[in-house]
Amino acid sequence: MTTLLTTTSTPAAPPSPARRGKGPSRREGRVGWLFLAPTLVVLALFFVLPIGMALWVSVSDWTGNGSPFSSRVHFVGGDNYAALLTEPGLTQRNFATSIRNNGYFVLFVVPLQTALALFLAMVLNQRRLKGKQFFRTAFYFPTVTSSVAISVVFLFLFSSTGTVNAALKLFGVDGPSWFADPRGVFQIVLNGLGVPKNPAALTSHGFLGLTWWDWLSGPSVAMCSIIVLVVWTTTGGFMLMFYAALQNLPPGIDEAALIDGANGWQRFWRVTLPQLRPTLFLVLTLGLIGTWQVFDQIYVLSRGAPANTTLTPAYLSYSTSFIGKEWGQGSAIAFLLFLVIVVLTLVQRWLLKEKDGKRRSRR
Amino acid sequence: MKRRGYLRWVGLGVLLLVAVAYIYPFLIQLATAFKTDADATAHPLTPWPHEWSVAVFSTLAQQDFPRWALNSIFISVTITVGRVVFNSMAGYALARLRFRGRSAVFGAIVAVLAVPSVVLLIPKFLVLNQFGMYDTYAAMIIPLLADASGVFIMKQFFESVPLSVEEAARIDGAGPLRTFWSVVLPMSKPALITMTILAFQGSWNELPHYIVSRQDPALNTLTTGVASLVSGELGQGNQFPLKLAAALLMTVPVAIVYFVFSKRFTRGTYEGVDK
Repeated sequence: MTTLLTTTSTPAAPPSPARRGKGPSRREGRVGWLFLAPTLVVLALFFVLPIGMALWVSVSDWTGNGSPFSSRVHFVGGDNYAALLTEPGLTQRNFATSIRNNGYFVLFVVPLQTALALFLAMVLNQRRLKGKQFFRTAFYFPTVTSSVAISVVFLFLFSSTGTVNAALKLFGVDGPSWFADPRGVFQIVLNGLGVPKNPAALTSHGFLGLTWWDWLSGPSVAMCSIIVLVVWTTTGGFMLMFYAALQNLPPGIDEAALIDGANGWQRFWRVTLPQLRPTLFLVLTLGLIGTWQVFDQIYVLSRGAPANTTLTPAYLSYSTSFIGKEWGQGSAIAFLLFLVIVVLTLVQRWLLKEKDGKRRSRR
Repeated sequence: MKRRGYLRWVGLGVLLLVAVAYIYPFLIQLATAFKTDADATAHPLTPWPHEWSVAVFSTLAQQDFPRWALNSIFISVTITVGRVVFNSMAGYALARLRFRGRSAVFGAIVAVLAVPSVVLLIPKFLVLNQFGMYDTYAAMIIPLLADASGVFIMKQFFESVPLSVEEAARIDGAGPLRTFWSVVLPMSKPALITMTILAFQGSWNELPHYIVSRQDPALNTLTTGVASLVSGELGQGNQFPLKLAAALLMTVPVAIVYFVFSKRFTRGTYEGVDK
């Protein structure tokens, strides 16, 4: 009887066999399942079941008519995946292009949003700064507003007669027509340095149907404006995470370093940043997962145009299925994207882990 | 010491510059909504209209805009109520009730949390289609009624509530249902408000799910409606004042919620995240 009482009143204790099947615990069990039921039903029907169905569609030749389980739908094995990965053609080229575009997008957005968020959080954390509430509101507000609404605003800002170009003109610069410019920024720079357009050494060979020159293009001018847009909208949220972590740091360590004569830069790299490691890891992971899924902005702003340079796997998966009616391929793209995210998250985890073990300073 | 003072000024300067960059687009949006097409093209940089015009608002009123707004309100309110109820029930069960399989369920919910939502776009359509729910309000609402992250937040919160109060209720003979309803929930107001805000903001701003769960224009929400407006459904010209006015109007409810609950808003997003 005493064991029964103590186990029910301490939540952290593992359920002991003595409690099971008797008195309050059985009642708790029933209520527990009752409480979980609506959530579990929704998650099972609209998260677990769909994944199974889509796995089947990705290895079938379903065309979107009727049920994917009817007898007219056949198992085609890895055909859909092969069309994306090993068979030269338009399908493969589009897929490779979308991976390249999104790769550059991630490469630019994740470091920029993380560094800017950390910087803003550090400045906000200054004890003597006035108007913290104002700055927090200003930086965070874009994060909570609709991505559709913000994309519309940026469509205007970056239009050829828009605000950004008007501002550039004040400095005597003729801005490009952002969303119509498919040139890769690395290629622009290389051309500017005297490298010829389409150098033969790089255009004669390639990978996944794209030449090396295409792989090295950098984000297109159009993609750059989407990069600016996404950094602008995501920084606020990550800034608050860093800010919360900074506020929770014990002040003593920083003061000790100050007394030991460490300058601001040293204190940041050697004292503050190591303590922020868990938050940094979280921000990088969320950033990586989020940027590989960019969809809303693409859907509203460009739908892959110009010249497929803003095409991303998420949008390609959508358009292949819903517009092209190639459901098997669309699902296959979704699973490959899933794979990319999982692999990169694991790699990142592994990269950051080694040092993590040494100085794991949990509060 | 001198260098630090200098750095502080640089920091403050950059901070102000960034603040301008964050606020200016909204000022431009607000001003352009009251500009004429010609004015918007001629003076894209000025955050005030040279000649005021409210023509675009009456154009929007004659278009399907009111219908989109009503759909958005209906769908978001339903989803918000559902999420608050279901997430807090599930969160409480996972935090406080002891029963077999609980940790397995929690593991499953964390696993769902890890699946990228974009990967689920086609799958969700497949299931909605299979159930014959495609192109209905139900298809737009039901899949969003529970969300793993909401359950997670509520669980974290309930775990932080001191046990003593519940124990007292239990000793007085209240069962788990009654304890939850008359003791725990009334104490959980902050968490419930946070959940309400997050659920409303999330469902109001949702786009991909509303794209794949319907195609009937009558079921357009503000997000899908404005997106189609931008892609030129209205035809000729840039019509930036019109588009920006539509975007402005769909921002207003979230902005009000944000400025009223600003503190909660910022707290809610990293609740349970600070590991």
